[in-house]
Amino acid sequence: MKEVIFEIIENRPLTQSIYQMVLRGDCSAITRPGQFVELSLEGLFLRRPISVCNYENNELTLIYKVVGKGTAQMAELAAGTKLNALTGLGNGFNDSVDCSRPLLVGGGVGVPPLYRLARNLIAQGKDVTMVLGFNTASEIFYREQFEALGAKVFVATADGSEGCKGFVTDAIAQSGVDADYFYSCGPLPMLRALTTALDIAGEISLEERMGCGFGICMGCSIQTASGPKRVCKEGPVFKKEEILW
Amino acid sequence: MVRDLSTTLCGVELDNPVIPASGTFGFGLEMSEVYDINILGSISVKGTTREARFGNPTPRIAECSSGMINSVGLQNPGIDAVISHELPQLRERFHKPIIANISGFSIEEYTECCRKIDSEEQVEIIEVNVSCPNVHNGGMAFGTSAESAAAVTEAVKAVTTKPVFIKLSPNVTDIVSIARACEDAGADGLTLINTMLGMRIDIARRRPVIANKMGGFSGRAIFPVAVRMVYQVANACSIPVIGCGGIATAEDVVEMMMAGASAVQVGAENLRNPYACKQIIEELPKLMERLGIEKLRDIIGIVK
Repeated sequence: MKEVIFEIIENRPLTQSIYQMVLRGDCSAITRPGQFVELSLEGLFLRRPISVCNYENNELTLIYKVVGKGTAQMAELAAGTKLNALTGLGNGFNDSVDCSRPLLVGGGVGVPPLYRLARNLIAQGKDVTMVLGFNTASEIFYREQFEALGAKVFVATADGSEGCKGFVTDAIAQSGVDADYFYSCGPLPMLRALTTALDIAGEISLEERMGCGFGICMGCSIQTASGPKRVCKEGPVFKKEEILW
Repeated sequence: MVRDLSTTLCGVELDNPVIPASGTFGFGLEMSEVYDINILGSISVKGTTREARFGNPTPRIAECSSGMINSVGLQNPGIDAVISHELPQLRERFHKPIIANISGFSIEEYTECCRKIDSEEQVEIIEVNVSCPNVHNGGMAFGTSAESAAAVTEAVKAVTTKPVFIKLSPNVTDIVSIARACEDAGADGLTLINTMLGMRIDIARRRPVIANKMGGFSGRAIFPVAVRMVYQVANACSIPVIGCGGIATAEDVVEMMMAGASAVQVGAENLRNPYACKQIIEELPKLMERLGIEKLRDIIGIVK
């Protein structure tokens, strides 16, 4: 964990409610895709945990959805604004698992942390397939970015306005993906359905309301197959067999 | 001039009065990677019960204006694991007096835990929590009546020779009568205040934010309540008081000590600023210089 003062370089909407914020500052504490940062926002008591989309050359990319007071405030921040963040939080995805055809499944605002993961896996020469689920066509983001990395990308929308009509599990079934490991981040029902549908090993990133974000308050604890775990510290990424649905 | 930050709690010498409050610092392990925790006066470690507890369902946390609500529900690995696993790890990293924090659901549970922790050499003070608002049939139930608070005090005093501090709840009509009852029952000191019972509602979903509906409200917002209660209790009792509740700055420490606290605990602020205790300790000598305070202990209860 490292406290860093970042400067916002860019903060713009990708869809009606999803924003991309690019910040300049020390990213050295961020060591794995799937980790998160905690932003200190003016007038709010607790920091806001936001997953890391990408980090390189002292540039941090965060993609967030406006869902409450904190994220609404973030959306109003102009370039040049300084932001205090705790960086390098959580354990992140294990990108050195022995596999050759990983499947990365993201749902809605669960898509961003898969970006740096996909990049790392592709850099290792792995054959990466992405399945991205959204409610409707206007909510789709980052498809081109994943394609530009060299991933095969399939999209599912709940209303069928683009790609496969239905959920990510439908898109996986229709596309006939032959994967040997999976990584996922998204809403809990999606993660549960996916874990049930796939008989390969994998890991998923969970979300929970947090107090501190660095393991001292026990605000975000969950029960797992190997006892109580903190989503902020042992997580947010867990192996699928750890999760007690 | 060198400023003297030291203070004493029942003969236990602390280099400075700054103590992370129970539940906001774990067992020190995580924080020892953030800064050298040996700069602290002491640490009040995570509240411990006889059996391991997972605690309450999530969400356990709610944001509030200048504060937060928690409903963790005394998640802890149980007294035996604390003694065999957590305290040895803390000992490797922390060489100052430790405050053990004990909770329970019956008087027998309190005494059993206190008896076990009594043999831990580095534990120099036992803090007995009769004020957790997040569990049923225990915790706060013991701290909201003078009789039951006194009964717990008397029972734990019988099984330990270490100084016993009773941690009091602010969710009472008359905190002074409960504080006096604890003192009369043999308490060596008092810690106050624990969190205030609070609640938030998600107006879009029309349901409580916290899964357990209510929880303990803490943070800067409760500081004036804490100062008032510390002032009342310190003036009514002759045993030392650890002031707790909304402390976030060196100024708050001085204010709390002027109200009557011999030491202070920093709680919720640690969760939003992991460096809070460190910054307060670094700031204190400068503030003392500005205020013309040579020895911090000279200001304890100076406001009448």
